[in-house]
This record gives sequence, C-alpha cells and structure tokens, in this order.
Amino acid sequence: MEAYISLFVKAVFIENLALSFFLGMCTFIAVSKKISTAMGLGIAVMVVQTITVPANNIIYHTLLKEDALSWMGITGVDLSFLALLSCIGMIAALVQILEMILDKFFPALYHALGVFLPLITVNCAILGGSLFMIERDYNFGESVTYGVGSGLGWALAITVMAGVREKLKYSDIPAGLQGLGITFITAGLMSLGFMAFSGIQL
Amino acid sequence: MSEILNDETKKVLTTPLVNDNPITLQVLGICSALAVTSQMSTSLIMALALTLVTAFSSAAISSIRNHIPGSIRIIVQMTIIASLVIVVDQVLKAFAYEISKQLSVFVGLIITNCIVMGRAEAYAMKNPPLESFMDGIGNGLGYSLILIIVAFFRETLGSGKLLGFEVFPLAKDGGWYDPNGLMLLPPSAFFIIGLIIWSVRQWKPNQVEQADFKILSISHGEGGHH
Repeated sequence: MEAYISLFVKAVFIENLALSFFLGMCTFIAVSKKISTAMGLGIAVMVVQTITVPANNIIYHTLLKEDALSWMGITGVDLSFLALLSCIGMIAALVQILEMILDKFFPALYHALGVFLPLITVNCAILGGSLFMIERDYNFGESVTYGVGSGLGWALAITVMAGVREKLKYSDIPAGLQGLGITFITAGLMSLGFMAFSGIQL
Repeated sequence: MSEILNDETKKVLTTPLVNDNPITLQVLGICSALAVTSQMSTSLIMALALTLVTAFSSAAISSIRNHIPGSIRIIVQMTIIASLVIVVDQVLKAFAYEISKQLSVFVGLIITNCIVMGRAEAYAMKNPPLESFMDGIGNGLGYSLILIIVAFFRETLGSGKLLGFEVFPLAKDGGWYDPNGLMLLPPSAFFIIGLIIWSVRQWKPNQVEQADFKILSISHGEGGHH
C-alpha cells in the first residue's frame, strides 16, 4: 500500500508530467487562458489518462511484451516495437468511445468537455503516460495509480497556470514578451516551484 | 539549385525559420523542445529525427491526400506518422543505443508532436508531395534551430561543455568556471525559450501579440479641464 501512495505522490508532484517532463505543453500553453476551460480540459485529461494507462498496460503485458503470447502457445515472439502504434491506436479509439458514451449517457458532461475530447488524442501527456508506464515496467496496480496520479498532476498544473494567467493579463508587460513569452517565463517559475517537491522522501 | 527550388519551394523552406517558426509563433511541438535540450547531442538527434519524420510523413500524406476520406483522416495520418516513428526508433536503438536511452520516451512522442500533425493537416492535405516534403523540411529546420540554440546555452552554461568538449574549464578541475546547475534543470528551458521569443519579437515587431487590456497613460497636471 505504501508503495502505491508513494508512487501516487511522485506522479502528482515530483514527476509532474507538465512541469518536469514538459508533456502536453502545446495544449498547456494554448488552453490556459481561463480557469474554467483549463479545469474542463484538466478533468478530461485525468479521465482519459486513468483509462488509457491501465488499458495499454493490459495490452502490452498480454500481447506485445517478449514471450507475452505464450498463453496462446506461441513463444519467442517479441512484438514490443509495435507498442507505439498500439498505444496511439488505443488512445484514439478510447477517446472516440468515451466521446460516444458521454454523448449518450451524460450529455451535460459531454457538452462541458465536448471541445476538448478530440484534442486529447494528440496530447502528448496521454501518450507519454503510457510510454513511461511501459519503460518503467509497471504492473497493473501501479499503472492504475500512475494513470490517476499523472492525470491529476497535469490537471493541477494547467489550472494553476490559468489562475496565474488570468491575473497576468492586467499587468504591464514589455511588448515583445506579451502573450507567449511571459507564459513561458511563468511556466518556468512554476516548474521551479514544483522542483521543491523533489526533496521529499517518502 | 534554381531548377529544383522554384519560388514556392524556397518560400516554404525558409519562412518557418524565423518568420513563421513552429515553436516561437505557431506554438507547436514545444514538449520535446524543452525536454531533450539539456545536451547538444540529444538535441541534434531529436532535431534530425523530427525533421525526417515531418518531411516524409508530409510527403506520404500529400501523395494520398485525394484518397483519404475526410472523416477518418486523423487516424490515417496517425498511422503513417506512427509507422515512420517506429522506423526511427528502431534505427536509433540499433545504431545509437546510448542516445536512444537518454531520449527515452521522447522519440515515441514525435507521434503526438503537434508539428508533424499540424503540418500534415494544414499543408500536406492541400499541396502536392514535393512542396509538402519541403514544407516538412522547413518546419523541421525551424524547430531544429530553436532546439540547437536552447541546447547550446543549457549545455555550455550548465556543464561547461559542448558536445562533450570542454568550453569553459570547470572550477573543480582547476579552471575558473563554476557551472550553473539550474541550466541542467527543467525550468531553465522555459526561461530560455521565453527569452528567445522576446528577442525574436523585438526583431520582428509584427509578431508581437496584442494585450487584452491596454495600460492607459494618465498625464498628471492637466487633468480637470480641457
């Protein structure tokens, strides 16, 4: 149990996908102008991340890993080079399915997230989460924890960023830094803040 | 040169370098630009990999652009890009294993790099293969340029070396330079890109974004009557 809590805290704060691995930066910069939209996107990322990381974990461990096909009587086959293609296919398919399910059963939520769901397929934080899961060889339980944690960390980062940017637009910024430039500097300062967590030992 | 590179090709090859740079203006492909730049060698490999993937995927997508049904084009583009990235990944693992270990997941993340998708969607779907190929190369070079600048500052200031060669003799080896550890950490990449954007926009003022709220200058002394 302790190992899971430690992994969760690590995924949320210490190894924050947005601020220490720079994943999902394009959307992080583009969609963080208002707190409400940022939060919507954050929640969508968290939901998708929670589903895709364990799903990719199952696929990787039962189909792609070296000798993983032994349950079918096939040995000596290593399909791990297909991991990239299967991960992105899985993500695209899951996002599509999620969109349909939400549309059918939770229309209110669908309308709140609507615009952001298709965007999530090309969000590197999602693919990055799955690839980190493969690289670090997480088991199923760990992959669920990592999925929830990393999604939450990303959501937290983009919401905080949107909060800062809402205040920032009233300040007097040098012309060349206006917009994109100051956003980068702010993200750098936030990343510096998140680095303080790296000293925490669990 | 002049036969192959007509005006259009030259234009798509050179505008992404400064005037329409994918990172500083189009806000595409920032993730990997930040993550791999703590060393020059990884940045160069990453820049090369991305340029090749963008160019070849643009060419491939453009050559079948009239046969892709609109509703499933994203999946088709994804599959082409992912296959190319797998090739790059396997080549790196075979010939440059150390660097591929350092780049870890970021080679795989070229798939979701917005530059590749963005150019496929915005340019290759509407233009013939050769121009799309050149557009891919051009945008790849624009990306590489930023990557190399950032890596240059981060590696020289952070460890006093460039591509493994000593530039500043380090204080701990009897030299004079005390390395700036911050440069090797993630935040420095944000700062350097922010500063690059600032300098590019100082040089090309038409790229400056408009502020949401203008600061009014209130002149004291003559208030009240006019």
